[in-house]
Amino acid sequence: MNKEMKSESNLEKLLSRGEFVVTAELGPPKGANINTIINKVKILKGFCDAVNITDNQTSIVRMSSIASAIKIIQLGMEPIIQMVTRDRNRIALQSDLIGAAALGVKNVLCLTGDHQSFGNHPSSKNVFDVDSIQLVKMFKDMRDEHKFQCGEEMKHPPEIFIGAAANPFADPFDFRPIRLAKKVNAGVDFIQTQLVYNIEKFKEYMKKVREMGLHKKVYILAGVGPIKSVGMAKYMQKNVAGMDVPDKIVERLKKSKDAKEEGINICVDIIQEIKEIEGVSGVHIMAIAWEEAVPIIVEKTGLLPRPKP
Amino acid sequence: MFEPEIIAFCCEYCGYSAADLAGAMRVEYPPNVVIVRVPCAGYLTHVHILRVFEEGYDGVFIASCLEGSCQYRTGNERAEKMVSTVKKSLDEVRIGGERLEIYKMASSMGKYFADIAINMTEKIKKLGPNPIKLIEERFEEEERRQLKEMGVGISTT
Amino acid sequence: MIVAERKPFDEIKEIIKDKKNITIIGCGTCVTINQTGGEKEVAILASELRIAKKLDGDSVNVKQLTIQRQCEREFVEEISQKIEQADVVLSMACGVGVQTMAGIYPDKLIFPTLNTISMAFPDKPGFFKEMCIGCGNCVLCEYGGICPITRCSKSMLNGPCGGSRDGKCEVDPDIECAWQLIVDKLKKQGRLDILTKIKPAKDWSSSHHGGPRTLIIEEAEI
Repeated sequence: MNKEMKSESNLEKLLSRGEFVVTAELGPPKGANINTIINKVKILKGFCDAVNITDNQTSIVRMSSIASAIKIIQLGMEPIIQMVTRDRNRIALQSDLIGAAALGVKNVLCLTGDHQSFGNHPSSKNVFDVDSIQLVKMFKDMRDEHKFQCGEEMKHPPEIFIGAAANPFADPFDFRPIRLAKKVNAGVDFIQTQLVYNIEKFKEYMKKVREMGLHKKVYILAGVGPIKSVGMAKYMQKNVAGMDVPDKIVERLKKSKDAKEEGINICVDIIQEIKEIEGVSGVHIMAIAWEEAVPIIVEKTGLLPRPKP
Repeated sequence: MFEPEIIAFCCEYCGYSAADLAGAMRVEYPPNVVIVRVPCAGYLTHVHILRVFEEGYDGVFIASCLEGSCQYRTGNERAEKMVSTVKKSLDEVRIGGERLEIYKMASSMGKYFADIAINMTEKIKKLGPNPIKLIEERFEEEERRQLKEMGVGISTT
Repeated sequence: MIVAERKPFDEIKEIIKDKKNITIIGCGTCVTINQTGGEKEVAILASELRIAKKLDGDSVNVKQLTIQRQCEREFVEEISQKIEQADVVLSMACGVGVQTMAGIYPDKLIFPTLNTISMAFPDKPGFFKEMCIGCGNCVLCEYGGICPITRCSKSMLNGPCGGSRDGKCEVDPDIECAWQLIVDKLKKQGRLDILTKIKPAKDWSSSHHGGPRTLIIEEAEI
C-alpha cells in the first residue's frame, strides 16, 4: 500500500496524478432487481472513472447503496457509495462502512440527506444522529486514527477515500466557502458539487475557494447534468432548493429543435468552461434516469478514452 | 307551517339603532326575528352562539358596525372572526354553519336591517327547523305515545 | 410554554360514545394561553357535545370545571368529589396533565381531548413556533440564541444543508431555515468565527433518546 494513498482507489490514483476525472451517478432500482444494476453498468462502463450509487435518494426506498456497490465491483466498475445520515445512527454508519470496505468498496460520499418528508415514507422517524461534517470526521478518524467514534481502538481500519458534497448555489451564499473549509478541516478528500448551470456564480465561488487555499487541500469535482426539456428546466429553477438555472439555459432549450440534444450540448459546453477553471479536478455527471446520456456527453467533451489508473 | 325563531344580536351603536330606525320608519320585517341588544358585537363569544342553538333556535344573525366604525375599534372584526370559527363548529355538530351570519351596517340603514331580517327568515324557512327541535319533537311524540299505551292521558270532563 | 391543539370533534365524540355522565376539566395554565384547553374552550366543547348528542338521540350530562394546573397534585387532588359521578373525565390539558390526572385517579377513565404539540413561543396570537425539544444539554450560547437541534429540520450542528433557499427550509416554505438565522445573527454580533469550528457529534443520551427522564432537584426535595 502506497503510504500516501488512503485507499488506492482508481479515483484517488487518477486525482493524485492530476488527471481530470469523470464520475457518474447510478440510481438503484426500487426492487430486488439486480438486472437494473447490470444494465446501467453496461451503459456506463468505460465512460467514467467511478460511479456514485445513491442512498435512498429523496427519501424514496431503493436497493441499498452498499448492496449495489458489491455487484458493481463484481462487474468490474469502481463504485462510490453514498451514505446519508437521515436513516442511520453512528453505530449503523460505522458498521456499514467497515462492511463495505471489507467487501472492496473504496470510495464513500458523506451526505446529510434529504428530509423524509420528500419521499414515499413521510411518516417515518428520521435519525440525523450526526450531520455530514461529523460523518466525514468520524470516517477519517476511523481510517487514520484507527478509532471508533466512541474513542475505542479498532484493529482493521477501513481504507477509504472520503468525499462530501458542496452546494455553491444555496443560501447563505457567502457562507458556502466557509462550510467547504469546515469539510476540509474534517478531513474530506474529494468534493462533488451540486449541478452547475450558472457558470458565473460557480466561478465566483471557486475564486473564494482559491483565496482560502482550499483547492490545494481537496479535489473538487463540479456537478454537471443534461436537462431533457424546457419543463424540466423550469421545474429545477423553481422547485429545487439550492439549484440555480439561469434563464438563458431555458431560452436555449426553448429555441432548440430537439430539447434532449440541446440539453446534452449545453452540458458539454458547461464542461468545456469548467475545465478551464483553476482548482477543479473533474466533473460529476448526474444524468437523472438518463444514464444513456453519459457516454454521449463524455465523448462529445473529448474526455475519451478514460485514463487507466 | 314552519315559522323560524331567529335571534338577532344587535350592537348598541349601529345594529340596534338601525333596527330601531326600521321600526320608526314603519318598514316591516317578520316577527320571527327577536332582537337582543349587546354593547358591541365583539362582546359575543363562541359559546354564546352555541348555547342559542342548543336551546333550539333556528337561526342567528349579528348586526355590527361598518368596517372602521366600531366604537370599540375592533369589536366588529372580532365578531367576524368569531362567526367564521363558529360556522365550522356548527358544521361539526351537524347544526349547519349557514344558520349563522353577520352583517355590517350604519345606524342609518333601517331599510337594510329590515331586508336582512326578511332574507334571513326566508333562508331559515328553506333550511327547516333546527335539527334539535325535530329530535325533541320526536321525543315528545314518543313520550305521548307511550303514556297513551299505559292509559295515562289528560282526562276531559 | 407547552402548546396543544384540540382533537377533531368527531374523534372526541367517539371517545365518549355510550357514556352518560361526562366531566370536562380544563387547565388554567399553558393551554389557556394557547386558547385550546381553558375555561372558554371547556364551555365550547361542553355545548358542542350536548348538541351533537341530542342530535344523535342520546342525552348526556356534561359538567364543566377548570383548575389552575392539571400537572400539579395539589390542584388535581382537590377535585375528587367533583368527578365522582363522572363515567368519563375529558381532560383538556396537555399530555402531562392528562397523565397526572390518570395517575391520581387510577379508577377513573381519564381521556385526552388535545394533541400536545411542542414547547413553543407565541410569535403572534394563534401562532406557536416550536423552540425547544428538551435535549438536556443546552448549547444556545454557541448559536446566537437560535437552537439548531429544534429549529433545523435535520438538527444539524454544522449546518446549513444544501436545501436552504431565501431563508426558508426545503421541507416547508413556512419553516425558516434556522441556519440562515444563525449565520445572520452571528454575523451581526461579529461572532461568525464560532461557526468555522467543527462541532463534534452530539451526546444524545441526555435527551429522550437516553430514555424517559426523571429530573431530581435535591434542594427542592422535602
